[in-house]
Amino acid sequence: MITKEEVKHIAKLARLGLTEREIEKFQKELSKILDYIEKLKEVDISNVEPTSHSIQVENVMRSDEFQIANFKLPGNREVGAKKLMELAPETKNGYLKTKPIL
Amino acid sequence: MELGNLTISKTHQGLIKKEFSALEVCQAYLEKLKKEDKKINAFLTVTENLAIAQAKKVDEMILEGREIPILAGIPMAVKDNMLVENIRCTAGSKILENYIAPYDATCIKKLKEAGAIILGKTNPDEFAMGSSTENSAFFPTKNPHDTERVPGGSSGGSAAAVAANLSVFALGSDTGGSIRQPASFCGIVGLKPTYGRVSRYGLIAFASSLDQIGPLVKTVEDCKIVFDAISGWDEMDSTSVKSKIKNPYKAEPSGFRQKSKLQFKIKNLKIGVPKEYFIKGIDPEVEKVIKKAIKKYEEMGAKILEISLPHTEYALPCYYIIAPSEASANLARYDSIKYGEIKNKKLKIKNLFDYYLIAREEGFGPEVRRRIMLGTYVLSAGYYEAYYLRAQKVRTLIRDDFNKAFQKVDIIFTPVSPTPAFKLGEKIDDPLSMYLSDVFTVPVNLAGLPAISIPCGNVSKVNSHASLKSKVSLPVGLQIIGKPFEEGKILEVAKILERAN
Repeated sequence: MITKEEVKHIAKLARLGLTEREIEKFQKELSKILDYIEKLKEVDISNVEPTSHSIQVENVMRSDEFQIANFKLPGNREVGAKKLMELAPETKNGYLKTKPIL
Repeated sequence: MELGNLTISKTHQGLIKKEFSALEVCQAYLEKLKKEDKKINAFLTVTENLAIAQAKKVDEMILEGREIPILAGIPMAVKDNMLVENIRCTAGSKILENYIAPYDATCIKKLKEAGAIILGKTNPDEFAMGSSTENSAFFPTKNPHDTERVPGGSSGGSAAAVAANLSVFALGSDTGGSIRQPASFCGIVGLKPTYGRVSRYGLIAFASSLDQIGPLVKTVEDCKIVFDAISGWDEMDSTSVKSKIKNPYKAEPSGFRQKSKLQFKIKNLKIGVPKEYFIKGIDPEVEKVIKKAIKKYEEMGAKILEISLPHTEYALPCYYIIAPSEASANLARYDSIKYGEIKNKKLKIKNLFDYYLIAREEGFGPEVRRRIMLGTYVLSAGYYEAYYLRAQKVRTLIRDDFNKAFQKVDIIFTPVSPTPAFKLGEKIDDPLSMYLSDVFTVPVNLAGLPAISIPCGNVSKVNSHASLKSKVSLPVGLQIIGKPFEEGKILEVAKILERAN
């Protein structure tokens, strides 16, 4: 069984706010799921290469230049940028606004 | 115009013969949707204006005497995790409740260019995480065959919309069975293409190495039409692939080959049935229906071979490490700063860290939180090798199982799900029992293979209402798994069963 402290630590890493009741709930649920996935320990994996994708993935590169076409946004640069900025809850002088870090 | 019978080609014929206009078809569907969706709740958003504008464009083309593409004027529905420009896209989550898509997903762009008519966005499990559509933050969708039961998930809204004839076809996405399992539960056809075959650009990412977009349709022929329209390499998706294999089974434009040719072919067909898929936990009635369908192929001359996929039992635990790991990384972007907002305005929030905690506490539902927690745990310091790396190695073994099997057989038959549609609320409090609903579909995603769910019969179940007991007939789907890029062969093999039934 994982501890309450572990649950709190993971929640902090994941940036998830949890209530006291949820901490207990996750302690039970995650332990149960972790017990289940322990099953993989039975498998002999010596000399087996890991698979991250079922197909061979190659890195796709392009020159580091501004290309609005690569964002496939409709219209020109201003229209595209405006469309994205309109989705933000708070902006100031064309920038996204957030709370202070410290 | 009988909407219940309309397939893509029938609608297309009606349009070019001018039996009805695209606007008439579109309005008939919108009306039906307004009247009947209350019963099943398949749609989250109805895009009436967009649909009518698209229909009018198609009618202009017809009026000008121009040839129209096969999908022009065909009403469709889109799972609400794919972006349609200027339309709300929620992914079934509160955190995206008011998110307006700034551009079209590649598959949507292709379908719009083909003239298809988007009726609306359908209900998914939140971020496509679930097997019943009960994890939607808005409301559960119900199964049109029995409204006490779930339509499956996570593409439950799309499957229910097609099964209830509220749309001619729909798009879904499949990470661990999310197209095939709801297709099976709702008695329709659903295809998960080979990984990389359909661009994921504009699909809200859940687990990027597993996600794939595909069609939910009424017939195998419709399946091919939609698959042909949405597949292909896309520069906007670095994991989309250019198929090097020429498909020898590509159907002729007029449809499928002559019957005599098919029968000749079926005699050469070697069908593998993995013994690991018929073990405890499978509903005996479902097993009977599946075995009967396999028997039909045998009677038509196909060779049935028992095969072994020895790592099958490890696929689900492997999936529940890999999928949550990828999800915890993909969902890190939802911070309610770039889009979304904190609803509770009364809270005094001091700094950015607290803002993240509150935004994500308010915005994510229980299953999404559970998977983010699980993914973060297995990726955290000290556990990476024990869980994530081990799971990736087991994934190799699962893929090797299929590779070895495909040296002996052409195609593999299995059940889609161990049970027919279960009741609303039945599994919602027990995550593990819900996960088991996908036990036969997740291996296919881990191996990146194409697979279809095709209706193959019904089972009858007792429904206990307060006082009276009634029987319901529930559909069961057969899963047909093919080699990479052999969607064409899967469709031809599925067509044989469709014709026989």
